Amino acid sequence: MQKSLRKYFPIFALPTLAAFTIGFIIPFLMGIYLSFCKFTTVTDAKFVGIGNYFKVFGDRTFLHALWYTAAFTIVSVVLINVLAFAVAMLLTKRIPGTNGFRTVFFMPNLIGGIVLGYIWQLLLNGILANYQKTLTYSSKYGFWGLVVLVCWQQIGYMMIIYIAGIQNIPGELVEAAKMDGAHGGQVLWHVTVPMVMPSITICTFLTLTNGFKLFDQNLALTNGEPSNMSELLALNIYNTFYGRTGYEGVGQAKAVVFFLLVALIAVGQNWLTRKREVQQ
Amino acid sequence: MKKRVISLLLAAGMAMLTVAGCGTGNNNSGNNAAGDGNAAQDGDGSSEGSGENGDVSGNGQDGGNAGNVGDEGVSGNGTAADNGSVYYLNFKPEQAEAWKDLAKEYTSETGIPVTIETAASGTYESTLKSEMAKDEAPSLFQVNGPVGLASWKDYCYDLKDSAIYKNLKSDDFALISQDGQVQGVAYAIETYGLIYNKALIDKYCGLDGAKIQDVSEINGFAKLKEVADDMQARKEELGINGAFASAGMDSSSDWRFKTHLANLPIYFEYQDEGVDTAEAVKGTYLDAYKNMWDLYITDSTVEPTMLSGMTGDDAAAEFAMGEAVFYQNGTWAYADITGNEVADGDLGMLPVYIGVGDEENQGLCTGSENYWCVNKNAPQEDIDATLGFLEWVITSDQGRTSFRDDMGFVTPFTTFTEEYQPLNPLVAASNAYIDAGKDSIPWVFSTIPSETWKNGVGSALLEYAQGTGEWDDVKSAFVEGWASEYQAANE
Repeated sequence: MQKSLRKYFPIFALPTLAAFTIGFIIPFLMGIYLSFCKFTTVTDAKFVGIGNYFKVFGDRTFLHALWYTAAFTIVSVVLINVLAFAVAMLLTKRIPGTNGFRTVFFMPNLIGGIVLGYIWQLLLNGILANYQKTLTYSSKYGFWGLVVLVCWQQIGYMMIIYIAGIQNIPGELVEAAKMDGAHGGQVLWHVTVPMVMPSITICTFLTLTNGFKLFDQNLALTNGEPSNMSELLALNIYNTFYGRTGYEGVGQAKAVVFFLLVALIAVGQNWLTRKREVQQ
Repeated sequence: MKKRVISLLLAAGMAMLTVAGCGTGNNNSGNNAAGDGNAAQDGDGSSEGSGENGDVSGNGQDGGNAGNVGDEGVSGNGTAADNGSVYYLNFKPEQAEAWKDLAKEYTSETGIPVTIETAASGTYESTLKSEMAKDEAPSLFQVNGPVGLASWKDYCYDLKDSAIYKNLKSDDFALISQDGQVQGVAYAIETYGLIYNKALIDKYCGLDGAKIQDVSEINGFAKLKEVADDMQARKEELGINGAFASAGMDSSSDWRFKTHLANLPIYFEYQDEGVDTAEAVKGTYLDAYKNMWDLYITDSTVEPTMLSGMTGDDAAAEFAMGEAVFYQNGTWAYADITGNEVADGDLGMLPVYIGVGDEENQGLCTGSENYWCVNKNAPQEDIDATLGFLEWVITSDQGRTSFRDDMGFVTPFTTFTEEYQPLNPLVAASNAYIDAGKDSIPWVFSTIPSETWKNGVGSALLEYAQGTGEWDDVKSAFVEGWASEYQAANE
């Protein structure tokens, strides 16, 4: 068994490895190289050194996008996870029609981000029209509009993960806790939450990186209006790349900075929540 | 059982996410035309709904047409190696079909394969960037003017000896480098101004105490403002919602103001300085720009706080349904307007009077933002095939008929004689101004240093209109933004 595994290993691994190299490793390395270049098309780039990186940090819109994205991510991570967990708790009680509710809550996830963005733009503008305003009137509206949108989209998905986690809690553990006189809140805090910690790890990881990488929804909902004030990082990078002649390299440099940032935060978060997971 | 349902759901979810991911990855900017699309578009004035976004792309209103990338007319048939082939990356989604038909016809006549691909609306520049990096790069592409050319000048074949250059009416329609290379040739001339509804103006003239008796009396900003203000005050009597169609600042519409309207103060300043382009501007006529903008947002169909969400389609619809009297746009807007409340015979166009210069003799704004460039890095036989194809397009009957009927372009080529002029009342209106000897205003906005400048001015205009910003912000975006963007783009 071991032997044949070793023998056929390359054959099984090769397609994935090749796809990963072509689809990820090569573009990634090329991207890093390009961030040090001035170019119009990616095939004829001219090396210019680290000048692009200086421009990145001299760009006010980038710094604004950075904290705007951070604020957005924090708000959305907290809201999505709390609400998803609450819904999951509700839907693991024996309520009639649970399966139907689960399906309905999950469905928004099946719609692409751009479409969602336009749908919510219509909905929210429809409401704001009563007050003679629109979503792009101020970046605050854009911010909360985006929060509402991603909550609607992602709560259902995270809910499924939490439900799986909650259902995996051994019944006897809860029962034992109750026998010992723990009331509902105590069971939640001292049994349920620690036991679903792996789900929390996954969900915070997903929501955190989703928040930072959000692009489609931002583009469709407000496209950064007004004055780039509702622009998240990914959109800022995109706009830099195409906004000015000769700024492709700067956009690329922003993308590298962006990657480092997301990687750092994701790894840090993973380490933090992993620590709190308990062994069954 | 329950678990199985969940895992199925999860699996389905993952699959959908993957699919959605790919889909949006490719299309989002296409769709975004409707929502905005500043990213890559740029002032364009293309026939129909033009957007001004993207360097060369445009077409906000045609968001619906997005997504044509990948279609092609005729595939190669084996002779490609000998006679070369043509690959045209088309910029206007609304004309994709017409080009494909032409390509088919040309191939059946000559056997030379012609591939037409169309970038999704608002994504021309990004599509071009990736297509040009391929081995099979487009042999024919477009730039939007001098600024767009800056990115692509190293790819432009010298068109000095080509038929399209030789048949050009004037060198004004070519992009010629300082050392005399013909890098791009315009193929469509477009005109914009204040489109008006004659029927509504006549109705207004019939009212008691009307400020004018005939539309010809509007011959300057002062008169225009007087009339518009009066119309606005008596909108119930006239059965309209406002004098001007909404000055929407959604990206499908904001180019009408941050680019096309901005053209006027820039042009008059260039006139004063005696230059064609500038490293920095003073903003001499920004007060006039402000007056006009104030007029647009005050005598409007909607409250200024609603402007950020109003689209190009909204404005076109208001005008086409007879809810507004004036609508700043160009000859390309005809397709959006025709077939509704406003009869073709009621369409007219006034110059955009901002109260500067010799208004008596001011004409419409005429220019081009569509220049053909031939890729010099393509194999020589492909270059030859491309030049041959273009020659055929502007000289053959099929090509010229298609330009007239299907695309509706006015072209700068001498081969387009009287019978090949499109039947567009707005084009007729613009020709009338030229015949009357009025001075056309060129499209100097093609010298605007970058997209970012336009976006900065557009955002400042919007904030001023909403009351969340000051006019000084527009000024600084206009003047200081110009200097810094020029520097950023030319360092």
